[in-house]
Amino acid sequence: MPQIFPKTANMLAHMSIVGAVLAFVIFVSVLAIIYRSPYVTQVNVVREQPIPFSHQHHVEQLGIDCRYCHDTVETSGFAGMPSSETCMTCHSQIWTDQPMLQPVVQSYENEQPIEWIRVHDLPDFAYFDHSIHVQKGISCVECHGRVDQMPLVRKTETLHMSWCLECHRTPEEFIRPREHVFTMDWTPEPGEDRYAMGEALVQEYNIRKEQLTNCSICHR
Amino acid sequence: MPKRSESERNVSAAEQFTAALRPYWRWTGRALALTGIGLLAGGCHLDMWNQPKQRPLSKSEFFEDGAAARPLEDGVVPFGYADRDQVIETGVTADGQPAMEFPMELSAEVLERGRERFNIYCAMCHDQTGTGQGIIVQRGFTEPPSFHEPRLREATPGHFFDVITNGVGDMYPQRSRVVPEDRWAIAAYIRVLQLSQHATIDDVPEDAREELE
Ligand code: HEC
Ligand code: HEC
Ligand code: HEC
Ligand code: HEC
Ligand code: HEC
Ligand code: HEC
Repeated sequence: MPQIFPKTANMLAHMSIVGAVLAFVIFVSVLAIIYRSPYVTQVNVVREQPIPFSHQHHVEQLGIDCRYCHDTVETSGFAGMPSSETCMTCHSQIWTDQPMLQPVVQSYENEQPIEWIRVHDLPDFAYFDHSIHVQKGISCVECHGRVDQMPLVRKTETLHMSWCLECHRTPEEFIRPREHVFTMDWTPEPGEDRYAMGEALVQEYNIRKEQLTNCSICHR
Repeated sequence: MPKRSESERNVSAAEQFTAALRPYWRWTGRALALTGIGLLAGGCHLDMWNQPKQRPLSKSEFFEDGAAARPLEDGVVPFGYADRDQVIETGVTADGQPAMEFPMELSAEVLERGRERFNIYCAMCHDQTGTGQGIIVQRGFTEPPSFHEPRLREATPGHFFDVITNGVGDMYPQRSRVVPEDRWAIAAYIRVLQLSQHATIDDVPEDAREELE
């Protein structure tokens, strides 16, 4: 009777080990890919909202400033969401008969809040604050993209820790003069070196780069 | 006998196989165990992601109205507000009349702040020069009066403050978005807009008049 395991079994045994390692590596990579895929990060995925509110319509076409609706963005950690009274300052007369707007009118009349679905949502163990970023010349565009061109809001960034750190390590690349934080289509003057300008602004605004990567800044 | 030796040979082949694996097995086992623990631990992370705490404007099952943010009780005075200037806060002087004068010093910064705030909160209806032809009006909103008409040029600062705070006619109150200091700054900027259209040579300092003539 021949041997049950032929000579090649030795090879198979070694191969299976290489295979196991490979399988493990592939498994981890797939996990990592899934973790960064739009399915998990929800980047560029729009949410179904109670009212299909269009930033493109209100910001780009009507020219309403972000701060009319997100009125605490300069002064507190929370950007602020418009109350239905804020919508009614205009919609008491404009498009009032549209069925699309009925939730706003009803919310205003019944004093029931509109339940917007969060698009950006950090885990509760991470601390974020809008006011410091806005005060130090970081524009909405760097983190939310061109909201003024979005019919429906979507995330343009993963909001992963690595993304926060990328900027906290080199804010020079992203910073702009404070007065242009709300100018969505701002670009440096032609011929101006953004990096050099950034370095000057980091100095001017007293940004303490060396501590911006401390864990306790965001996990407090 | 041959049977036995055959099975012996089999055993030794199987043994060979496991023996070849043995040095690796130990590590694979450990790696698998660690991965398992890691994945299990990873699976538990949701309670740290969604902690039992409330964030601004979140929902709450606890209160009847379903909101975690609580309205202030009547008569509550926010910290630091008790000894603030009443004219700045309310726009009304002690005799119950709208303030005739600005309760703060008018500096270039105040006017600049007023310009910025006016363009954010008012210009889409009143337009940037205050004539009342803003884009929202073009889309069908009631046309507001121009700031350059005589009645409003004579209006007191306190009147502008009151309009921003409480609204007027079809204009909703803007007080929830504009804090009192900014309301005064905007009122001052409305004055600037009015002067910009109706300044006379007497408003120019004497030493600068020559340049204009
Ligand atoms: C007319 C009011 C209005 C203006 C002006 C406005 N927004 Fe919004 N914004 C809203 C409303 C309402 C929502 C919630 C609905 C939604 O998410 O689509 C929202 C949602 C958002 C969100 C997503 C919040 C989340 O759920 O994570 C971002 C980011 C945002 N706005 C940024 C901006 C920026 C940047 C500007 C200025 C360019 C701006 N908004 C101007 C009303 C406004
Ligand atoms: C400063 C005035 C203003 C405010 C504040 C405002 N809107 Fe509007 N909105 C308009 C105007 C004007 C139009 C019509 C646009 C047109 O005719 O081009 C409009 C159109 C709309 C439409 C239908 C058209 C579309 O597809 O965008 C919806 C829905 C809407 N608004 C929702 C809201 C909600 C919700 C809020 C509060 C968060 C809000 N608006 C706040 C001025 C305003
Ligand atoms: C440094 C990056 C960054 C900048 C700059 C930034 N945001 Fe955000 N924004 C975020 C993050 C992160 C969240 C999610 C916060 C959370 O889940 O707690 C968020 C959430 C929001 C929300 C939802 C409400 C909230 O506060 O959770 C709105 C509205 C918003 N941003 C508007 C703005 C506007 C308007 C600007 C520009 C003035 C702006 N953001 C600038 C990162 C940024
Ligand atoms: C585009 C650039 C940029 C991005 C992206 C960014 N930050 Fe910042 N962040 C800054 C700058 C600049 C400062 C101001 C630092 C200073 O004043 O010293 C800052 C400050 C902060 C502070 C306050 C630090 C303090 O001293 O108290 C916190 C907290 C913070 N960031 C959290 C975050 C988190 C969380 C994220 C990711 C969701 C993030 N940031 C993404 C640029 C950025
Ligand atoms: C600029 C802000 C910032 C700093 C600094 C920071 N973190 Fe984070 N961290 C975050 C954010 C935001 C998340 C949430 C990421 C997500 O949503 O996946 C996070 C998530 C994590 C997680 C959970 C794993 C994950 O990615 O989901 C761990 C662990 C962590 N941080 C550890 C650290 C340690 C250790 C340090 C110091 C070396 C540190 N962090 C510094 C912002 C920061
Ligand atoms: C949604 C459009 C809209 C916005 C935003 C708005 N207004 Fe008005 N405003 C009006 C309309 C309409 C009237 C005329 C009201 C009437 O007489 O029915 C008016 C009237 C006025 C008047 C004249 C009051 C009088 O005595 O007749 C003043 C002053 C004024 N607004 C100031 C402001 C200021 C300051 C802001 C910004 C903080 C502002 N408005 C924002 C629409 C608006």
